[in-house]
Amino acid sequence: MKKISIKTLPDEEFFVGHKGCSGCGGTLILRWTLKALGDRCYVVVPAGCMSAISFIYPQMAFGVNAMIAPFAATGAVLSGIAATIRARGIRDVHVVGFAGDGATADIGLQSLSGALDRRERILYICYDNEAYMNTGVQRSGATPRGARTTTSPSGQVRFAAAKKDLVRIAAAHGIPYAASATTGHPADFLRKLDRARQVDGPAFLHVFAPCPPGWGCATDAAADLGRSVVETGLWPLVEWDHGEVRINREPRSFAPLADYLGAQARFRALGEEDLAAIAAARDHHWQALRAWARECAAAAPAAHPA
Amino acid sequence: MNTPEFLAGNEAVAQAVRLCRPRVIAAYPITPQTTVVERLSEIVEAGELDAEFVHVESEHSALALLMGSAAMGSRTFTATSSQGLLYMAECLYYASGGRWPLVMMNANRALALPWNIYGDQSDSLALVSAGWVQAYAENAQEALDMIIQAYAVAEDPAIRTPVLVNLDGFVLTHTYEPVSVPEQAEVDAFLPPRDLPDGFPGTFRADAPQSLAITAGPGDYTVFKYQQHAALLAAAAAIRATAERFRARFGRGAQGLVEAWQADDAEFVLITLGSIAGSVRSAIRALREQGVRAGLLRLRYLRPFPAEELGAALFGSQRSLPVRAVGVLEKDISFGHQGSVSLEVKAALYEHASRHRAPAPPVLNFVAGLGGQEIALTDLHAMFADLQGLAHSPSDDRRHLAAPGFTDVRFAGMERFLEENQHQDAA
Repeated sequence: MKKISIKTLPDEEFFVGHKGCSGCGGTLILRWTLKALGDRCYVVVPAGCMSAISFIYPQMAFGVNAMIAPFAATGAVLSGIAATIRARGIRDVHVVGFAGDGATADIGLQSLSGALDRRERILYICYDNEAYMNTGVQRSGATPRGARTTTSPSGQVRFAAAKKDLVRIAAAHGIPYAASATTGHPADFLRKLDRARQVDGPAFLHVFAPCPPGWGCATDAAADLGRSVVETGLWPLVEWDHGEVRINREPRSFAPLADYLGAQARFRALGEEDLAAIAAARDHHWQALRAWARECAAAAPAAHPA
Repeated sequence: MNTPEFLAGNEAVAQAVRLCRPRVIAAYPITPQTTVVERLSEIVEAGELDAEFVHVESEHSALALLMGSAAMGSRTFTATSSQGLLYMAECLYYASGGRWPLVMMNANRALALPWNIYGDQSDSLALVSAGWVQAYAENAQEALDMIIQAYAVAEDPAIRTPVLVNLDGFVLTHTYEPVSVPEQAEVDAFLPPRDLPDGFPGTFRADAPQSLAITAGPGDYTVFKYQQHAALLAAAAAIRATAERFRARFGRGAQGLVEAWQADDAEFVLITLGSIAGSVRSAIRALREQGVRAGLLRLRYLRPFPAEELGAALFGSQRSLPVRAVGVLEKDISFGHQGSVSLEVKAALYEHASRHRAPAPPVLNFVAGLGGQEIALTDLHAMFADLQGLAHSPSDDRRHLAAPGFTDVRFAGMERFLEENQHQDAA
């Protein structure tokens, strides 16, 4: 299997002619993914932005086999494809789910859990734009503290809950591989995609995906925000690989939150107290993350097929 | 001829599925469906069926999963009941719109609230418009035969419509009967190969990528829906042809979507579906001995709705006497109106009457067997007595048949409540 890297990405395109908005992080990740994986892919996309912009009869944007799943059922439809591949001994294909945060963290969590539990040989990518964007920016279980949405108009500060930690939720199923990535670190994303496609069993990638209309950010901000969200400590780059946790970037100190939040209208209403609360939640999240990594290192690692 | 085996309805279904050799089975347990998938998991683990048995985490996922498998060209199976069927409701419409030839068994069971695990038909009737062929078996043999025929109909390239085979919960799913189980070679010869042919619409192709389960704007959407409707209507002919072919090979099986029994000279016809038909036959035998010309029309399929067959059975030239009154017996109520099947029958009668400028006979709707309530022979005799009374009474005296708030709808099983609560309005 040829190694995936940013230098070897082919010129071929498998996702063109869609109606995605300018600067959409989700379509960028999908485009990279298909370039890297090639044409032997079966892609499942649930109802949402990505299906609404790419399956409009008679103009289809996918250059690989692809289908829309019911909103709640990405994991199940992927499993159905995987079951036939198993039954018929089909080789060298990728079964790839590409779902937003609502379809993953909320309505599709049960179906995803079932697929992970059964150790389906699937690759599930959650592109996280942190709200229900297709329906007009409503709050999801992955909306971060402080973000204004159309159903949390004053921002998330009154919500106690932090964003659901999808990598740890996936890892808790004991699957081979789960990792986070961003649009600001394409080489890191492609390395993780390369790992994900090779493990025997489900792999889960949680990818930060800016949404200019939903976030009120510039249409060329996907790369910058994808870096500043990591530098501010709000989006740790982390890998779960057969029981071992790797924190890919351990910033000695975090960049000021304003570097990231200031570039987005959705955070405009935040005051000093809110920023302090976000910083405290971030610090707590990092403590928990490091504790998790230590805990996993102390436990005997699971059998680790190369 | 095979030696009959002693099987419950669910086991007969499991044997039928084994013989149809699906590639993928996905199932979530719900009473009284469970024994179907228990048997199938045993059959798969014993190596008697080379299939993937997938343990899903919900009914919604069961049907969604099978759409993925069908898109890959696989024959599939699942079974459900009641709350489970309604939990997958979205996926029923999705599957029929995607034109995947799925086959599902439903154990007809009451819907909560109140919770009740026993048989009635409100679950499948709530989804009668979901774009699936709907079949209702009378006994375990017919259940086995219907499952085999279901794959032939669903996978007909001109039909490409999923099929739901219904068995009355417990009364049929859990009652043991002698069932003739065909040989594998016979079923293999009857059905197409277990994998859909390359290029079958609605499936992926390795050499030419497809986008499936698409979006369509208002104009195209209408065309797709029209085609779906036309295919379901065309399924009637496919069902008849498949039943004929089945009888030619296996030597048994009712033909057509409606089974008429003692109907051609019947003045009082009870129309029903499912396992209660056996009791209705017993009642008719007794009534015939008393000189009452009673008859039965059993709806074997509710979708496509057999309006023409029904019209022919009630008004065709084969009849020696005209029908004086019709009863519709069903285990269902469409709240705020009447039984769903009654509505369908009345619509067909009205259409027939207006087309032929002929009067339609009066129709009484018997809502019975809700939540597993027993329908005794005495109840059936009472229904036929009502039909006779209806035919003999002057028209302005018919109102006594209607309970307060209902028009020509009678709830069976209310007697004790009415006796104990004479001062109350049961409606």
